[in-house]
Formats: sequence, C-alpha cells, structure tokens
Amino acid sequence: MITVNGFNYYDYDLERKLSLWLREDLSLTGTKIGCDIGVCGSCTVLIDGEPKLSCRLKLKDVENCNIITIEGIALPDGTLHPVQQAFIDAGAIQCGFCTPGMVLTAYALLNKNPHPTRQEVRLAIRGNLCRCTGYQQIIDAVMLAADRLSSN
Amino acid sequence: MEKAFRNDAYAKVTGQAIYTDDLKLHDMLYAVPVYSEMPRAKLISLDGSAALKQSGVVAIITAKDIPGNIRYGQIIKDYPVLVDEDINSTGDVLALIVAQTREQAITAVPFIKIELQPLKPILDPEEAMKPDAEILHPFHCSNLTNYHRVRRGDVATAEKEADLIIEEEFSTSRVEHSYLEPESAICHLRSDGVMEVFGSMQHPFSTRRFVASTLGVELKDVEVKPLTCGGGFGGKDDTAALVCARAALCAWILKKPVKITYSREWSMRESYKRHPYKMQYRMGLNKEGQILSVKARIVADGGAYCSVTPWVTWRSTVQSCGCYEVSNVETDVYGVYTNNVFCGAMRGFGSPQINFAIEQLVEIAAEKLGMDEITFRRKNIVKQGSTTITGQVLDNHIVSLTQVLDAVLKESDYENKRKLCSLGNLNQKEWYGIGLAISYRGVSLGAEGTDVNSAILYVQPDGSVLLETSVFENGQGAESAMILIASEQLGLPLERIRYRMPSTSNIPDGGSTVASRGTIMGGGAVINASIILKQIITETIQKITGKSVAYFKDSKLLDSSDNLIMSWDEAIKLCYDNQVYPYAFGVFQPPQISWNEETGQGNAYFTWVYGCQAVELKVDSQTGAVELLNMIAAHDIGKVINPYALKGQYYGGMAMGAGYALFENCPCENGLVVPTNFHNYHPPRSINLPEMKAIFIENPDPISPSGAKGIGEPANEIMAPAIANAIYHATGKRYHSLPIRIKI
Repeated sequence: MITVNGFNYYDYDLERKLSLWLREDLSLTGTKIGCDIGVCGSCTVLIDGEPKLSCRLKLKDVENCNIITIEGIALPDGTLHPVQQAFIDAGAIQCGFCTPGMVLTAYALLNKNPHPTRQEVRLAIRGNLCRCTGYQQIIDAVMLAADRLSSN
Repeated sequence: MEKAFRNDAYAKVTGQAIYTDDLKLHDMLYAVPVYSEMPRAKLISLDGSAALKQSGVVAIITAKDIPGNIRYGQIIKDYPVLVDEDINSTGDVLALIVAQTREQAITAVPFIKIELQPLKPILDPEEAMKPDAEILHPFHCSNLTNYHRVRRGDVATAEKEADLIIEEEFSTSRVEHSYLEPESAICHLRSDGVMEVFGSMQHPFSTRRFVASTLGVELKDVEVKPLTCGGGFGGKDDTAALVCARAALCAWILKKPVKITYSREWSMRESYKRHPYKMQYRMGLNKEGQILSVKARIVADGGAYCSVTPWVTWRSTVQSCGCYEVSNVETDVYGVYTNNVFCGAMRGFGSPQINFAIEQLVEIAAEKLGMDEITFRRKNIVKQGSTTITGQVLDNHIVSLTQVLDAVLKESDYENKRKLCSLGNLNQKEWYGIGLAISYRGVSLGAEGTDVNSAILYVQPDGSVLLETSVFENGQGAESAMILIASEQLGLPLERIRYRMPSTSNIPDGGSTVASRGTIMGGGAVINASIILKQIITETIQKITGKSVAYFKDSKLLDSSDNLIMSWDEAIKLCYDNQVYPYAFGVFQPPQISWNEETGQGNAYFTWVYGCQAVELKVDSQTGAVELLNMIAAHDIGKVINPYALKGQYYGGMAMGAGYALFENCPCENGLVVPTNFHNYHPPRSINLPEMKAIFIENPDPISPSGAKGIGEPANEIMAPAIANAIYHATGKRYHSLPIRIKI
C-alpha cells in the first residue's frame, strides 16, 4: 500500500518511477520533472514528512509510506497552507516550475525548525534550483511563513 | 504588509498550473528526437525498419515526410526541422520516433540505423572567417551570418593625440538559459482543419510561422495557444518553435495528437545558447582621463545556425563602447557560422559580453591614469544631451546614469569599503573586494525589428473585463503587469479583470516577449485601449444622459466636480442596452528609429534605461574560492508597476549575472555541448548567492504611455563585470575570461 495525500493505493507496478506514477497514473502533475536525475529538486515530494526526490525513487522504495505532494497541503476547501500563502504574499513566484518543490521543502523545514535563520533556509533549499528569483523572495516567504505559523 | 499581486500565483503554489507536459489529450502519441553523433556530415541513409518493429512504435518520421519547407529560420532560413542531407550540428535531428508511450519511443532510438559520411567540422570562428575556409551553408555564400560596424570620427588621429593607449582582450563563455521546464509541445489536427499547438514558448507567433512553414499551410490554419511557461530568459523561441513544428508534423501525418517533451539532456544538446564572444579593444585616452577613441573587433560564435545572431550582435555594436561618450570609434562585429551548437537570444542579448569587457576596461584605464574608477566614469559617462557613438542625442528622456551610480555608491558605502580592499595582500588569508559596473541599454528591439503591440479590452455585460495583449507570460509576471495597468486606467479592482488565455488566432502579432519590452509595449497598448474604451463609454453616457464623465474611479464614473454619475456596472449596462459594445482595440507604436548599416550611425533605440550594480565578496587566498557577501542594484525603470515582481526581476537578474561570472560554462567538444544536465552545468543555488538589495529609480519615460520602461535584461547585464572588478580589488589580478576561475 502507498498513501498519497490521504488516499490509499494498492495496485501498482513496483518498478514504476515514483515521479511518473504521480504525474501519469495519478494525474498529480504539480510534481515537476526538471532534470530527471535528482539534482534540480522540482520533483520533491514529502515521504513520511521528509522531502525526497521522486525522480530517484521507484514505488518499491515507498511501499507503506505516506506521501504528500503539492496537491495535498492546502485544505480540501482550497484554503492555502500558510507556507503557500506566504509564497504568494512575498512575491516568491515567477515561472512557478520550482514552486511545488520549494513549498514542500520549506514546509518540511518549518515542521522541524519553526524558527529558522535566513541562512538555515538557504541551506534547506540548496537542492531546489530556481532560475527566476535568485532565491531572495523565496527566503522572504519562508521567513514570513515561520512568523505567521508561530504567531498562530 | 503590502502583498504581492500575481494572477497566476494560486495556480502555481497549489500545483494546479498546467504546463504543457501536464496536459494529456485522448489517444495521444509521443515523439522523441534522434540526433546526429557528428557535428558535420552528409546523411547517407537512415533505416528505421528495426526501430519500427519495437514495442509500441507507430512511425519513424524523417525529412521526406515534411509537406512544407524543410528549413526555416527567423532571419536566414537555414535550420532543418529534420535533416534531409547536410548535418551541421550534433543538435541536428535526423528523425522522430513516434510511439504509444514516451518510454517506448526512447527505447527504440538505438534501433535506428544511420549511415553518415563525416565532413571536417569548423569549430573555431576565426577558422571559419579565413578566406579559404569551406562554406558551411553554400546557399548563404559566406560563413558570416552578419557584419556590423560603427564608424565615428577619426580613430587614427585621435590615437596620435592620446597620452595613453591600452589594448585588452576579453572572452566570454557559452551559457545555457536553464529554464527549469524543458521544451514541450502538444499538437493536434482539429476537426476544422486547424493545427492546434499547445506549448511553452516566448513568441507564439514565431512558433506559428515555424509550424505553418513546415506543414506548408497558411497562418490561419495554425492556432498556437501557449500554456504556462516554466521560464524562458530568451531561450524559448527558435528551439521551442522547432519542437512544436516537429510535433505538428507528426500530428499532421498520423492524424492523432502528438506530444514531444524534451529531456534535460536533449534540451542542453540542441537548444541555442548565449553567444561566446572574443573581444579585442584598443582605447585611446588623454591624461585628464577622457576617452578619446575606441577601436574594437568582436567575434561571436553563432554556431551551426543563424537564429537571431545578426540582431544580438547588432545590440553589441550599438552598445560597444558601454555607456560612455566617445567621439572616435571603429567597431567591427562579426557573427560567424561554425559547427558548434547554435546561439541565439538570451537575457541581455549581446550586452552582457560587451559590458564584461568595457566595465573592466574603464577600470584598467583609470588605474593606469592614476584616477579612481568612479571619477573616471563620471567624466566619461553619457549625460543629459550627450551624443551616443551612433550619433543619437539623448534628449528625449531623463539620462539618469549619475542617479543610479550615486544610489549604489551610497547604499553600498562604496568609497569607504573600496579602501578596505585587499588587492592580493599576501598577509591576508581572506581577500576582500567590492566592485561595481554601470550600463545604459536601448529599450525594446531598436532597429533590430518592427516594434508594435496591441491590447484588447472587452467588457462583459455584467461589467467584468476580459483583457489580452500580444505580450506573453514567461513567468516574469507580464499578465499581472497588464492587469495592474488596466485596473488603474479603468478604476476597477484587480479581481474584475481577467487576462484571457492567449491565442495567435485572436490578436495581431505584437512581436516576441523579449528585449525587456513587455511592460513598455504591452502596457502602452493597454493604456491606449483603455483610452478608447473610456471614450466609447463616455460618449454613450453623454448621448443618453447628457452628462459628461470626467473620471473613472473606484468602480464609479464621476463628473469634473467629483459627483457620481453612475456606477461602472450601470454604465456598461447602459452601453449594451443602447447597442454599443464596450470593446476596444488599442495599439502602441513607439516613434520610428533609424540605422545606417554602412556607417553604423542612427537613432538606434527610442529610449534608454540606466543601471548600476555592486557586489562585495571574499576570496580565499589559499583555494581561490569566492564567497559573495551581498549584491545591490539600482535601475531607472521609468515607473514601478508591480513592486514585488520588479524586485523579482532585479534579484533573478543579479543571480543569473553571478552565475555568468562564476559558475556557468557550456564548452563544446567536437561540436557537442559538454554539460548534459544540472550535475555538470551549474546555475547558482541558494547557497551560492548572497542577500540582495533592489533600489528603484523612477523617471517616467515620456514615450511610454505608462511611464514604465523595462528591467528583465538590464538586471542581468552588469553583475558579471561588477564581480570581475570586485575580484580584481580583492586579488590584484584581472580576469579576462568567463567564467572566472581564480588562479592562486
């Protein structure tokens, strides 16, 4: 069994690449493929809370795991998670291709370290390439999300 | 806090934004390219029979299947959509394999049997320029794609009068755009006979021309609908269009939807790059620190195909002396065919190379004259009313070089920190340096192309508004800027305006969304459409009620004494009730410009922007490792439209400039691009970059209806020389080649 965004799946090919399974079979296309060799971070998903590169994993690697993709962190009514809202409010989005992976990496960071420094954010997102932003407003967004989450 | 505005932010932050590869059509097939292993050869034979027998393979498509033109190009029609005979690059596609899945098509690639007759490639542009060099494209009769020049004054006489002549050579690297979304296209033949194209691109109209040419159909028979674009930076034009043309060809032949999505490896191998330049400069100066003359010879390796090399190198020609007044100039700029990967548009478009040379050259000159680099710059920069090296008088807008320079000097505390620079002090373990660079830049296409743009404002019966323009969303926030401008003009909240999904069949071609021209051109068209729309509404109200509308504000129409005449919604209902369409088509056409190719003189651009960037860094004196400490930019952008998006352009531009300076290089070996993916090509990561600061300088431009100019490229064109200057101030060594590799 593999759980994705709260749904359980039982029937799948263990040799199937996780990124392709999510995108092609489950139509969860928010998970992006930028390099397909595990160096750009666009395909990041959360596996039992840890950010992992789905292009480097097969389904046999994630059996009995709980997977959260970018489609799985907003509330069912569409209300955004504070990390997502902070990305919008801080102007951290341009072309958007890195955004799902960035948001999930930031989400995992703030779960572990609710009050990171800017340098800690920089370190946490070092595996996620972004060509548009220079990362400045992405770091602003993560700091803003940390503020909002801690004041809630 | 003030929040950022982007119309596409919710979709992008939830993963709902549809990029081309996210879309599936019923019964869709998948095609993949088969590349040449040689940089120059004759294609003797291609046998697809074994590949065709592989599981899932539906067809092998070759040049023989092309119903229209095999070759196409924006300037010279030299690029084969599929190779028929002559191979000029390892990025050439010899065939397409179409299968039921992408994986099946990829699996079949090794089963294609290809026979090539190797020819000796030309890999060095200097070799290609020799009189006895073989002509790579016989129909073009020359290995030069173009030759541009500037001739002004008398360099020989000026050099005789000079107290100092310096000569320096610089070279820059080939750079990959590294948009995170690789090329992707889906094409299908609609039941009305139209080839419908979904794809990721910067210029859907250019794609439409490529597709129509390949299929041999008219422009009306191709409709291009760009989907969310995962970054462009100038790179999603020719190659993006070629991918669409190939998918369209497969769909045309097989009568089924066909998707082509590139792997990063294919994208790196085939897609065009920023041109590597070799630049030889000779500068004559007097001892008072005035630049008397510049003589420059600049050679751009255009690679196997022309693309927009003549336009890229034209900007280099016009801006060949940087933002300095020089009375005596001889500049010769050559775009050259070789068998390397082809080069084309990339953010900066011929200016990052020039600025890397000039902004170091002026500091070398200043030092030799015993002047500080800021005083030297102040003496020579263009000022209000100055004449450029092409004879253009800068008098129709505010020339703000001093303003941007002063802003950066103050914010960075440059003059104090400059005294702390290490200059390679052997007693220091870490060397400290600060450096800066300045530039001016002609806005939009200049004499490179036809500059016009249009917008449609279509008010619906309930008062909501559909807006479209012929600028396109590359990720920079073009749509949001257009909505903000329309909202201000019409006095409506942002949420009442929707940017309509663009299509080439609905609005005229407004040129490519490149050249930092989106906001000035599209924004100008939105304002002109708003003026027409408001006139339609005002005249209707005048006719029906006798009242004169003076203002559109807060969803209300007011008279000249600020009295309410009626609400926006009531006004729109009145229009429809009286059989008047609140629909406007607006055009923005900037003033004509001029260029004389023989003399290299003319009013090259209708207006100019000014910028300055500075950087502080540390160099490890043992290893040579560079650590960036901070980066600052000030640009005169005319007028701020969307502050967060504007900052994003500053930061992203500086980051890309830092990559150019320190990390990025695409060498070719035997014509083949050496880096294949992001493990051996290195756009900057978060840990490579410092904190950045953006300073907005606003001098609204009289020619721009919105007052705004542009920022995409100015932000990207001067960080590399700023870093080179800072490295000199840290190490005491000049680096003349990119990327900079510090030798200890």
